Amino acid sequence: MLTKKQLITKGILAVAPHMFSVIPFGIVCGAIGIELGFSPILVYAMSIIIFGGASQIVFLQLLSGGASAFIAVTSVGVINSRHLLYGAVLSEYLEKLSFVKKLLISYIVVDQGFAESNKFFQKNKTEPYLHYHLIGTGGTLWICWQLATLSGIILGSFVPEELGLKFAVPLTFIAIVVQDLKKLDHVIVMITCGLSSLLFFDAPFKSYIIISPIIALFVAALVLRLKK
Amino acid sequence: MTWLSIIIAGVITYFMRMTMVALVDRDLLGEKVKAVLAYVPSAVFPAIIFPGIFINDFGIFIEMNDPKIFGAIIAILVGYFSRNVIATIISGLFSYWIIIFLL
Repeated sequence: MLTKKQLITKGILAVAPHMFSVIPFGIVCGAIGIELGFSPILVYAMSIIIFGGASQIVFLQLLSGGASAFIAVTSVGVINSRHLLYGAVLSEYLEKLSFVKKLLISYIVVDQGFAESNKFFQKNKTEPYLHYHLIGTGGTLWICWQLATLSGIILGSFVPEELGLKFAVPLTFIAIVVQDLKKLDHVIVMITCGLSSLLFFDAPFKSYIIISPIIALFVAALVLRLKK
Repeated sequence: MTWLSIIIAGVITYFMRMTMVALVDRDLLGEKVKAVLAYVPSAVFPAIIFPGIFINDFGIFIEMNDPKIFGAIIAILVGYFSRNVIATIISGLFSYWIIIFLL
């Protein structure tokens, strides 16, 4: 059995490599907000209130581009709706927590934390304090995101654009799914999602980010049926 | 107005995070749904990966000789065999930089 401290530490270590993409992305996110002419407090408040990288950038870009508040808010909702899927997956491991603890821990669930903790949960289902791993991954991501967006707001983007560090974002997610390339069923689901995302890239409200997972999950259901 | 929109966007985002964990009873999900949920990472993350590689800042498809494609292939190979997250990200970034700065 692992102690709470060991679980938090494992969570922190599991998510640490992803800081290569989270920190530059956070800096860019803060700097873009200022460049677009929004007040520093407002740009920073988003990191606490919304706490979702891509959706924060899209929100500010839409508003500064003259889109209505309704469109900006809807886009954030659509982009972040993938968290419904993360929640459905994690609920298996968080079932025994009290209602208040569920409310609190939900706030820190983001992509990389979900991915790394979910991998750990699958291998360690019997650990009694599993959620501490999620506190480790989510807490680390939260703190680094706050510091990174703040630095971007205060210093501007001191990461030279030529480095193309935005490319670290797809690389982080490649690192998350690459081991599943060993399984044919997962490869089929990944390719379905990836091609759908390119096909629906121009759909309104950035909805490709949820349309393509839904299509891919339907394909996953078909694959499951064929496997039987 | 902008503040109000941020707060509404934040509340919506929080509900997306919290609903399935705290409000929906897991027993409501059938066995089939639970089996499909095992595919969530594979069904979601390529929607971040593919556009991040193949579509540029202006929403246009990149050329097939773009250094990002080379970087992604190297990252996939290194990740597949090393099973190491840092190695995957660093190898992808470095191979991308080698192409754009040296060649």
